[in-house]
Amino acid sequence: MDDTNQINEKDKKPEESTHKIGIYLWIWGLLFVLSFFSYMVDWYQFQGMLRWSLILFFMFAKAGLIMAFFMHLFWERYALVNVLLWPMTAIACFVFLMAAEFEYTLFSRMFYFFVGGGV
Amino acid sequence: MSDPKIDGFELKPGFRGMASDTGSDQTMFKGVHWGKAMMWIFLLSDTFVFSCFLIAYMKGRGSTPVEWPNPSEVFALEAFGVPVPLLLIALMTFVLITSSGTMALAVKYGYEKNRKMCGWLVLATAIGGLTFVGMQAYEWSKLIHEGVRPWENPFGAAQFGSFFFMITGFHGTHVSIGVIFLFIYAYKVFAGHYENGGKRGWFTTMKGDYVEIEILGLYWHFVDLVWVFIFAFFYLW
Repeated sequence: MDDTNQINEKDKKPEESTHKIGIYLWIWGLLFVLSFFSYMVDWYQFQGMLRWSLILFFMFAKAGLIMAFFMHLFWERYALVNVLLWPMTAIACFVFLMAAEFEYTLFSRMFYFFVGGGV
Repeated sequence: MSDPKIDGFELKPGFRGMASDTGSDQTMFKGVHWGKAMMWIFLLSDTFVFSCFLIAYMKGRGSTPVEWPNPSEVFALEAFGVPVPLLLIALMTFVLITSSGTMALAVKYGYEKNRKMCGWLVLATAIGGLTFVGMQAYEWSKLIHEGVRPWENPFGAAQFGSFFFMITGFHGTHVSIGVIFLFIYAYKVFAGHYENGGKRGWFTTMKGDYVEIEILGLYWHFVDLVWVFIFAFFYLW
């Protein structure tokens, strides 16, 4: 048994700090409001850049609220937060790589299917 | 609960505390329950799995010259004789966020040693998750009746079906597993397995503790988090 667990045994005091219920209810309410707005994006059939930026904004706002407050990352120790968030940059890189890749695939499909590839 | 000030392991805030946490010998994440650290690492790996699915979907959708099916028509549902776009999906989102909120409160009451409230809230979360899975089963059977298959569909690009079943199916599997665990944990909370110093843990010979409810909560919030991304990219985009 390592010392990590011993600390947790000692940690069981009833006056252990918990967060006030208000913060959870606020975040809960905000999540409903943000979901409602992102549904409205589809309801009013916004198109093009406006649609995509609104979808992304509401998505990241919701994800941020869930991670920060429901998953307690806002109060979590820095080592854990950094271990979790830095690998996300790898995902962002992958997104950019594959975005370049699908543009190229689409281009070559168009070129060879419809133009015939002949020069 | 989650706070840098854990008895015996006071850390300075910011990068300084991080350096003393990671830079010293012995264990990292000092004072954090091992199950919680492991759950976070599992969730990180799961993030990569779901990212790969969504990135594959992005590439598939972006590289086809055939028109992609319009999600707000494909997923429309008749309500009072009028087709409402994404009605079922909106309800599913509503149900999942509701269950995420009850889970967050269950974690809070668990740490306050409020056994009854914690138990009821975990049970409510489980029922919310079950409702979600039920609605998803309805959505799947409706689309299958309309002729959507992994290799073809009547609405547009053939890739639509394979990405839809793969991504929502994998997410639904996560929800189903979560629901099973939520029911088990609701029983464990009601049975008092975490009372009086903890009687019984789960998948371990160590004693149980209400921190297990927080670990379960992390998983459940993650399932909700993934749905946020699926909702944005698959249903709204």
